[in-house]
This record gives sequence, C-alpha cells and structure tokens, in this order.
Amino acid sequence: MAHKRQIDRLPIPPKGAKVHNVTCHYCIVGCGYKAYTWDRNKQGTATDNALGIDLSEQQGADGTWLKPSNYNIVKQDGKDVHLAIYADQDCVVNSGLASVRGARMAENRPSEVTGTQQQRLTDPLVWKYGTWVPTSWDDAQDLVAQVTARAIKEGSEDDLVVSMFDHGGSAGGYENTWGTGKLYFQSMNIKHCRIHNRPAYNSEVHSSRDMGVDELNYGYKDYQVTDTIVMWGANPLECQTNVFLNHMKPGMQNGAKFILVDPRRTVTLNAAEDIAGTENTLHLAINEGTDMALANAIMTIIVDNGWTDDAYVANNTFQDGIAVEQDAAHPAALGSLDEAMKSIRMSAEQAAEICGVSADDIRKAASWIAEPMGGARAKCIIGYEKGVIWGNDNYRTVGSLVNIGLATGNIGQEGGGVCRMGGHQEGYFRPPEPFVGRPPTYIDQLLINGGGKVHHIWACDHYKTTLNITEFKKAYKKRADMVKDAIDAAAGGSREDMINAIVDAVNAGGLFVVDVDVIHTKIGQNAHVILPAVEANEMNLTSMNGERRLRLSEKYMDGPGVAMPDCLIAAGMAQNMERVLRAMGDDAYADKFMGYDWETEEDAFMDGYNSGNPEVTYDRLRAMGNNGVQEPVVGHENGQLIGTERLYADGKFTRHGRDDMKALFCASGWRGWQAEGKADEQAAHRFWVNNGRANIFWQNLFLDQANDFVMDRYPYPFVEMNPDDMADLGVGAGDLVELYNGNGATQAMAYPTPTAKRNQVFMVFAHPNGAQGNIINPGVNELVLPDYKHCWADIRKISDAPASVKGISMKSKEYTA
Amino acid sequence: MSKRCERLVDAGRRQFLRGGAVAAAGAAVVTVAPGEAQAAPASAQLDYPSNKLSNVADLAVNEPVDIEYPDADSPGVLLKLGTAVEGGVGPDGDIVAYSVLCPHQGWFLNYNGDDKTFNCPGHYSRYDAEAGGQQIWGHATQNLPQFTLRVADNGDIFAEGCSDLIFGRPSNVL
Repeated sequence: MAHKRQIDRLPIPPKGAKVHNVTCHYCIVGCGYKAYTWDRNKQGTATDNALGIDLSEQQGADGTWLKPSNYNIVKQDGKDVHLAIYADQDCVVNSGLASVRGARMAENRPSEVTGTQQQRLTDPLVWKYGTWVPTSWDDAQDLVAQVTARAIKEGSEDDLVVSMFDHGGSAGGYENTWGTGKLYFQSMNIKHCRIHNRPAYNSEVHSSRDMGVDELNYGYKDYQVTDTIVMWGANPLECQTNVFLNHMKPGMQNGAKFILVDPRRTVTLNAAEDIAGTENTLHLAINEGTDMALANAIMTIIVDNGWTDDAYVANNTFQDGIAVEQDAAHPAALGSLDEAMKSIRMSAEQAAEICGVSADDIRKAASWIAEPMGGARAKCIIGYEKGVIWGNDNYRTVGSLVNIGLATGNIGQEGGGVCRMGGHQEGYFRPPEPFVGRPPTYIDQLLINGGGKVHHIWACDHYKTTLNITEFKKAYKKRADMVKDAIDAAAGGSREDMINAIVDAVNAGGLFVVDVDVIHTKIGQNAHVILPAVEANEMNLTSMNGERRLRLSEKYMDGPGVAMPDCLIAAGMAQNMERVLRAMGDDAYADKFMGYDWETEEDAFMDGYNSGNPEVTYDRLRAMGNNGVQEPVVGHENGQLIGTERLYADGKFTRHGRDDMKALFCASGWRGWQAEGKADEQAAHRFWVNNGRANIFWQNLFLDQANDFVMDRYPYPFVEMNPDDMADLGVGAGDLVELYNGNGATQAMAYPTPTAKRNQVFMVFAHPNGAQGNIINPGVNELVLPDYKHCWADIRKISDAPASVKGISMKSKEYTA
Repeated sequence: MSKRCERLVDAGRRQFLRGGAVAAAGAAVVTVAPGEAQAAPASAQLDYPSNKLSNVADLAVNEPVDIEYPDADSPGVLLKLGTAVEGGVGPDGDIVAYSVLCPHQGWFLNYNGDDKTFNCPGHYSRYDAEAGGQQIWGHATQNLPQFTLRVADNGDIFAEGCSDLIFGRPSNVL
C-alpha cells in the first residue's frame, strides 16, 4: 500500500518571513527556489501572508502550492523555525517547476522536531573502546593530524591517499573544492587522489577539452530555438528533469525534432513522442558500446553530402594535419577535419552492422542533425552524459560527438552546442595538480594492492559508487580492520602509544581511514575517524549549473550538532597539521599549512574563487538572485554582474590552452571494445546489465535512504527485465534476484518491463540495498575512466517478493494519454 | 473512458479561469474562523465533511465517476476496480476514490482504464489506482491523495477524509 503522509494542512508563511535564495543542491540543473523561514509561534493567514496570494482560493494548475515534502521545522541560529520552500516562478532555469528531488529538500533536512534525517552526523566520531564514540573536534582533528603527519614524514606524501568530491551543489561548491584543493594540492602535492565517482583524478571529458571545447558551452534557452535535439546516452526527463520540461519541451513545441541514442527505451523518449510526435522522433537503439561507430557514420554522411559549415571550419578549426599526436595521454590524435576523417570514415552500412540499427535510420539522423534548410545552417544540440562518459572508449566517443558539432558549425552558435548534460552541479576551483599525472594513478587498484597508509575520504562512498566493489571492499576492510584491531589493543595507553600503534599497523599493511561526510556511510563502516559536514543551505554555497549559471544558495538553517562546512574542516585539518609538524620540529613543512585562518565559508570563497574572479563576491551574487550570472563573469556594471550566455561565440576556442585558439578534430577511429575484459565478459554471460540513475533517487540515496516516500516506492534497487526473460528464469514481479558474474554479485527487485530488450536489463546504479558496482569488472580506459555501463552477468532468483515489496506498483513507467 | 478524461482536462482549464468565483466562495468559509476561535478551542485535526458520493449499486467496474470532495473545487474520481485492493471498500473491497489534481503541478489527471492508472498530460507522472495511488513514475513528492470512504448499510458511499494534502491548497478543508 502506498505511503500516506496523513498531512492535510500546513502552516502559512506570514508577512515578514525571511526569504532566502536557494539553488537546488541536487542535480546539475540547479532549479531556483525561495525558502521562507519564520518563528515557530507565528503564522500567516489565507489572505494575509508572505506570498501575497489568496490561499483561501483553490490554486489552478501550475499555481503556487507548498508541498508537504517541502515543509519542515529546522534550527536557525539555535531556534526552531518553520521552513517552507517554493519553486521560484521567476527563475529562468525552472520557471516554477520542481523535480521529485528538489521538492523534497525540506523534508530531507535534519529536524529534531519532525524527526527527519536523524541519520545525519552531529559530532566527530572516533573508533575507540571497540566502537565509534563521539568526541570533540580538537580530539578528532588532532588524531587525524598526528597519524597523517607521521605517515608522511616517515614515508612521503604518496602515502596519503585522498578521495574527494569535485562537484558543486550538495556539500560541494566553490568553497569546499577550494578548501580541500588548497590542502591537498597547495599545502601538499597529493598525487594519489581520486574523485567521488571514478577511481582516479581525471576529467570525464578529456577529449572535448583537448579539442578546445568546454563541455558546458551552450545556454539552456538554446533548446528553444534549435532544429534538432539529440540526446546521446542521456535520459534528461529523469536526470535533468527541468531542462527537459522547461527548455526541451518548448523547443519541440517550436518544431525541433528529437533523436535519442540509447540502447534502452526510456521515459524521455516516451515524453518526446508525446510532444513532438513519433514522426519527429527517432530512437537509435544501438547495440551497447557502439556509439562511436554511429557517430562516425553520421560524420561521414555529413562530410560526403557537403553539410559541413565550411566557413566555420576554415575560420575556427585547425587546418594543418595533426596538431596533437596519439600518445599515452591522448588516446587519439587531434588535428584538422581532413586528418581526422582518415580515421573516422565509416559507411552507414558498416555502422548499421556494428550498431544493430538500420542504415536508413542513420542517414535520417544525419539529415536531421546537419542538412541545411533553406540554405541556413541546421541548428542542432547534442547532449551527452553517462551513457557516453561511462561508456566504451570514452575519449574517442566524446571526441566523435564534438566532431559533429564542429563540422556543422554548431558550437558557440545560437541553437547549437555539444554539451554534457551533467550529474551534480559544478563548483571546481582548485590549484593546478600537474603531479597527479596523465594518465593518473588507478587509486582503487593502489588501495587493493596495499598502497597508501592513510586514506582521507571527502563525501565519497566507494562501497556504492565505484567499479569492482566486491574486490575493493574485501581488500579495504581487511586493511582498515588491522588499524581497528591496533586501536583496540592500545586502549588504556597514552596518546603517544595510540599513535604509535596506528602507525605500526599502517606500516604493516593497514590503512588509517578518515571519512568526512554528512552521514555515516557504507565505507564509513571501515573508518577510524568520521567528521561531520554540513550541506548547502546549512552553509552559504556557490555552484554553477549545466549552462554555467553561477548562484549563491543561501544559508537558512544551522547544520546538525557541530557539523561544519567542508572548507572549514579542511582548514582545521591544515591548522592541526601545522601545529603537529612544528611540534615535530619541521617548521619548513609546517609553514606550508599556513593561510587557513577562515572564520566562514565566505572567507574560503574569497581566498579561492574570488582570487581568480575578482568581480564576484557574495554580495554581488546575492543581488543577482536565483538567475545568477552565467560564467565566465566578464564584468560588473550598474549593480549587475555581466556573464556569458554561450561560450565561443567569437569562434575562439580556448579550453585546450592553445595560442592559435583553433578547435581540433578528434581522429576517433572505431576500435571495438576498448577497456580490458569487456569482450570476454560479454561472451560469457547472458544478460547485459545496463545501469544508471532514476528520477526519484538522488545519486547513491545517501539522504533518500532515510526518506519514507522514496523507500516505500523502491525498498530495493529495481532491475527492469523483459517479462519473457523473467518467465524463463521463473521470476515474478518484485521477486528478489541475484546478478552474478566472476566479479561478484549483487541483488535487485525484478521490475517487469515489456519494452526492455531480451537479455538486456537495466539496474539502478547505487542503491544501498544492492550496489550494481559489485559486479562491474575493473576495466578502465587509457586515462583510467571507468566503463561502468558495460557489465554482463547471469541472473537467478533469490526469493519471492519480500513483504516491503508486496503491494508496490509494478506497472509500466511510461505515460499513457 | 479516455474521452471523458479529456473533458476533465478541459474542466481544469475552465476552473483555472474562473478563479474569481472560487475566491468568493473560499473567503466566505475562512472568515468565520477568527470569530469561532474565541468561542471554542480549535480542534487538533481537520473536520472533514461527510459527503455522499454514490451508491454501490450504481457503480460499474472500471467506470470512473466524477466526484468533488471535500468541496466543489476539489475534483476526484470514485472507482470500482473489479478486484479487491488494500484500502478498498464495499462488498468486493474494490472501491476507491482519489483526487485527480496531480500533486506535482495541479494538472488534471487522465484515467487509463486499460492499466488502471492516472496519467498527467503536463509532465508525464503516473499513479496506480490499484496500489493506493502510488506514483509509478513522476515528479510528485507524494502519492495521489486518496479519499477515506465509508459504505453505509444501504450501500451509500460517503467520503469522510483524505490521506494527503490536495494540490493547490494549504488545507484540505478550505
């Protein structure tokens, strides 16, 4: 039976309620909201309220309405206050629309009054006396610094391994990436680091950048004036919801055609068919991993038909053969269009054979993308995301898409763009990190193989969101347990005895784990020190969205307990390192940890982002409200920050840093499966286990796992299966199945899906009750980008549907008129 | 079935346009509240009206009946599903009633009798009439408000409550 809130009325914000600008802290889109807070003992009335509308009247469709999920009672300056969050009708990003994620911001806040999110960490925890016990910041930070300093001094900075988020929104943002970046890339030169969602420190789109093209080069309004929208390995209705509803939908209503490249039929396609009509919608349901072959065939058709924008190519792209040779850091050569075509050339028939779609459909796609209409350039946007990024041959495949945009003059022009759709918002400002190297170290393998002695983790959960998790967990737990055992054995001794015991354990192959996060995570089960962080709106936080729109999302509540912004935790870590290193007599090294006297997150912002963008301050961003300013910011006039609507409008491509400012084409020759072990695994197992996100969940469910509405719907990760495959295996709707292969095993709840192809299933990626990454092999590309999407396994039934699954809907997710 | 639900969408548009009349009716209800507050303490929970919707004998399987509850501005559907469901009432345990304003943005939902789902033409959310109005897929952050039903001995069906807040109002009883 569906979850019932049993809420039938809500408080009304009174006139005089505080109003805060809020950018949703979940996905890349960054929808605008207004958060109202007011004293617990006050309320507005239906006719006299902060909203200035008559609430005694039934509001019409799209009218202002406070959803119960966006109401809570939270702490503000130590007092309980009402919190009511409304989608901002005036924000150009979402125009008042709220996603199933953003509209739950309030109830996903910690509240001592309503009991929500009581899983949030309130105090530092340290493993002592055989368990985790709360302690002071001073005690916890001293332990971190003592052990970290000893490990580095007795070994090197390479013995400190760091996993750290690089995103905006959530608990990321310019403040927090700077705090961690300054610590690990300026005070130290940490080579052994990785990012939250991949096993190394690298770009998800190296080739686009090497070609001179930043991956977020358009504005969302370009969707409304384009001729063709191509979603390539992207599922925007679920994953960038309001870009689809508020920008792509109007674009299609204005006449844009829609192409989906995805082996799976998704709700995005279903909606596009409803909006544009099936005659203006094309689904290229290619064989898994064959995107580049399709792109190369489309590119070949474009070139052979003369649909290239020759003036654009001549003026804005490199003309003289090879500009960058293929080498260990560049999995393809880069250069002129003619040079690239030597590798790219593929006929529609060849691609049809590889991709499993018809040559006519490939030609149709090429025509929709590039055939000039009435002598004018065809406007086309190609949006790509994890189907490409976490796909086969990342470097060349991303390059093959950017090739199409460059050849047709669609980058930097109205209604154009070749952009990633994005996951989190962005918010990266860190010192350069040349010591990381390219290719970088494969950190998961380093840890599995006994490398590193101390591991600092910043909001990453490798037990849910990496590849090869089964193997990783086994090795990691063993190493971390060595330190737990050493701590337990040293109980009752002095502080020095404890530090010595830990250092001895890490020298013997153990790993000392420091986990900074907002909750006690799965990998946190193996941590020794756990430090509580706050999220956006428990601090002021700046990020940019998928069209580079920079906003200040304002603090409206206190963090739980003594939790702090990550940037201030990093500052505390630096200050403790300085103190400990001085006590050890190394003043020169200690001096490198100076410069963290930040009182607030704004201090960190000014020390970092503002140093590179002197026009941008908190006050100026606050004045720009929820519409903010699109980066790069180029000035400040009449009280307004001046931004950039679209990159490369002048045809000068800068992302690669070349003096000639010419874009490069990628010699993206097709070469089949690129990551190790994929072809063999495909041959050995029946099911392709496609995987990814779903609308209702935010990332690895770190908050949603304590959200009743979400967990009622999906108590287990779903795996969408063709009903005939289910019948073959004797699996009923909602039954628990195990997915297994040589890499490990995981579990999911079977969700009958008639549109699923036979022998292909889709499993939600990072559910706490079944991590899909358990069964992904360790294969990565040359630059250590994981190929999560390509995983094959066998499936068997574990049990009938558990009690929590009985009664939940198993119907098709596709809208019917 | 779907034709009638198309009309529901049209009804929603009309309703949106006639906001002035609704405002007058709503204001009349609300203005009595302050006066009463001094006479008696406010109740801890809402008092819902008990409204007769239909009679068991008048319902046909999978033929939704348009209803309005708790008042004329809150459209809903009364539905005999044909198979017993958790929370269903009546002799066959298969009668349910829901608000048909999508709890995402308040658009009128269409009923699809083929798979017994409610569907939003605005943003593609879907709700399962056989699973307590659970959102199958969509953007709403709650399931479909389900009306609490009572069946009298003579088969009359009354609505007497609601499981969730109805779109577009701060209180289910305005």
